[in-house]
Amino acid sequence: MRDQPLLIRIGMSLYLLMFFTYLLGPLVLMGITAFNSASFPQISPWEIFSFEWFSKLFADDRILEGLKNSLYVGFFTVILSVSMGLAGALILTQIWPKLRATYYTLIIAPILVPGVVIGISTLVFWAEINRILGLSPDSFLANGIFLTVLGQSTFIASYCMLVFVARLQRYDIGLTEAALDLGASHLQAFRKIQLPFLFPAMASSAVLAFLASFENYNTSIFTHQKFATLTIILSQKVRYGIDPSISALAFIIVCLTVFFALLNEVRTRRAQLAVANGAPVGAVTSGFKAPSFFAGNPAAVVFALFVAGVVATVAISQVYDPEPAKSVLLKEKRAAQELRIQALQQRLKDKRLQKKMKGPDIFNEEKVGAKPKSPGAKTFGNVFAPNNLEDAAGSAKDKNGLKSKSPGVNTFGNVFAPTNLEDAAGSKKKDAPKE
Amino acid sequence: MSSGVSVDLQDMWIKFGDFVAVREANVNIKGGDFFSFLGPSGCGKTTILRAVSGFLEPSDGNILIGGENMIGKGPNERPTALIFQNLALFPLMKVWENIAFSMEVRGASAGERRKRADELLDMIALSDQGDKLPSELSGGQKQRVAIARALCAEPDVLLLDEPLSALDLKLRQHMRTELREIQKRVGITFIYITHDQGEALTMSDSVAVMKAGIIDQIADGKSIYDDPSTAFVASFVGENNCFRGKISKIIDGQAVIDSNRTGALRGRIATGAQGKLSVGDDAMMFIRPEGLSLTDKEASDTRIMAEVHHSEFEGQSYNVFLEGTEGKEMKMALTNRGEAQLFDAGSNLKISFDANQAVIVPVGELASE
Repeated sequence: MRDQPLLIRIGMSLYLLMFFTYLLGPLVLMGITAFNSASFPQISPWEIFSFEWFSKLFADDRILEGLKNSLYVGFFTVILSVSMGLAGALILTQIWPKLRATYYTLIIAPILVPGVVIGISTLVFWAEINRILGLSPDSFLANGIFLTVLGQSTFIASYCMLVFVARLQRYDIGLTEAALDLGASHLQAFRKIQLPFLFPAMASSAVLAFLASFENYNTSIFTHQKFATLTIILSQKVRYGIDPSISALAFIIVCLTVFFALLNEVRTRRAQLAVANGAPVGAVTSGFKAPSFFAGNPAAVVFALFVAGVVATVAISQVYDPEPAKSVLLKEKRAAQELRIQALQQRLKDKRLQKKMKGPDIFNEEKVGAKPKSPGAKTFGNVFAPNNLEDAAGSAKDKNGLKSKSPGVNTFGNVFAPTNLEDAAGSKKKDAPKE
Repeated sequence: MSSGVSVDLQDMWIKFGDFVAVREANVNIKGGDFFSFLGPSGCGKTTILRAVSGFLEPSDGNILIGGENMIGKGPNERPTALIFQNLALFPLMKVWENIAFSMEVRGASAGERRKRADELLDMIALSDQGDKLPSELSGGQKQRVAIARALCAEPDVLLLDEPLSALDLKLRQHMRTELREIQKRVGITFIYITHDQGEALTMSDSVAVMKAGIIDQIADGKSIYDDPSTAFVASFVGENNCFRGKISKIIDGQAVIDSNRTGALRGRIATGAQGKLSVGDDAMMFIRPEGLSLTDKEASDTRIMAEVHHSEFEGQSYNVFLEGTEGKEMKMALTNRGEAQLFDAGSNLKISFDANQAVIVPVGELASE
């Protein structure tokens, strides 16, 4: 709008910027941290651009195990939820109208029940069934994957049903009637006419079900048993501190999501374009033609750029070796550390010098020297003193004269000599010549 | 196929709860006939069709197709094919797959199906459109595909539920002739549902006029138009001027009514009403607008005096709207013979009619405009 004041336009842009930063900022930031070699997900200070967290991710057995479990659970949940959702939605259209509202409430209820409750109740219920059937406690009814799939499907099926209901509302029951009228059995009419109509809804509810299953935590945590899903593994990891391999995982997931979203968008736009241009619909589903693929389809262009970007990134990761840069960094780090240590030592020296200037320490004369002495020296009767063993093994000469006649005397630095305690506590002068 | 299969409804009632959708329908449709049910929307004609095709069971009575009782048989077990009001073409199937659907469910091979579909596409003059989707066809083309699809099932009876109502006027008129031709070619029984009397009269061998679940009259188109047996049929089919009054005498199939406002008028007692009327009964007399003409006759029981309210030109005829005594409204249609026939408002005209074209029926409910 031309006549909109500048201030409003600026405010609007600012608002949009803030909104999208709020929406996408965390994702972008997290994605970037996956490429920083720092061992904590951070972008500042930036260390070295590296792919090490990706290799670390793929070397992490627990994450891979969790991913595998999540995929299993997701796969079976999709199958179970989509079929239950479809059945539920079909019944909703067939049921006696007076019962419809009640039925709807009933079947939608699992969405409103907290996932935690569903998790616990699934666990308790199947344990009970297991017990009643007299099966062993590790039967398949108590299997973590089985329980998690059932627990998740309880409410994911309701989501799927909503998708199907929305699609079915646009279904003309006349089509089924027409099929019946033309001699089809009820099964044929369903399979050949109604089911194909529901394919798009099946696809979208399958995606929905998979995503809901994949990100589920609060139900799975109760039902997973030995089969921890990815979300559970991640939450366990977080307790021991996170590293950027989790960012790497997030980055991969985001990339996959963007990929499929763009792919879908490209297809939709192509179909729309074709129909708008009056092309027969058959042409839309036909093969790939490069120039027309991009014509007037911004989504296709973005999609192509995205794919190129991913391919380039993967290619670079194969060639790019951060190690030299890393060793340089390591050297730098070491040098910096060295410097710090030296500075520290220098400070200590200075301190000591200052002390010396004040006058010699009469009681601790021998301590003054290059070698700093720990305050613990001479405790334990000098057992750990460097020349202790020499004394013990070398000569039976007794420094303490008459008192020692046995060969064992003086071993262990006279720790066990009767006078030792006295010695240790009393005079330090006796030991002095040893040094 | 030449003789076709008859359809009989015997004392058929269809009720939805307390609501009676169809009351005691008795219809005998001869094999190979083009039979129409004509009535305003909501009169139960679609309900009858659904009962014949098997989508709902009559509450009482029988449906016989070719003499065989169809009660308890589903739509896929009856030798009928229904053409739906919205056509119900399968949107995800190509045109030829749509047409050959009935063969597909019988397990015919793709080659066979394609061959038969192409034959039918030739018949409906859509030879090269088989690989399109229904959404890519025009209204008239869809219409013909729906007919081809129904015919592909080789039904004994083809049922059509207002199939032309969605088309524009020109196409509708074209499809009427086409439908009639197809029916003559395939020779099967057509049962046609419409609220458009033009369709019913032009295409049908017989017409059943329905009102609120009751079949008022079953006859050929000409009888329905010229010899209606009830006030409803007279007022629903075509336009009519209605005069109401008491019968003062009956002579030789003709009667004179003392109309409330226009005075004594003579007309012919409808065939369907003969024997039901006697002197002193309330009756209604109907005269078509084209049955009225200008005259200079002396006053008689076939002459009316009226004042011109306004008149309009409609191409093939002039419509003159008249006002008789006490505001009695009438309409007269004069054929356009190339002379100026527009009358000034307020001019007085002498109008006459032929007593044989004025039909007298018992008093009854009129079709609402």
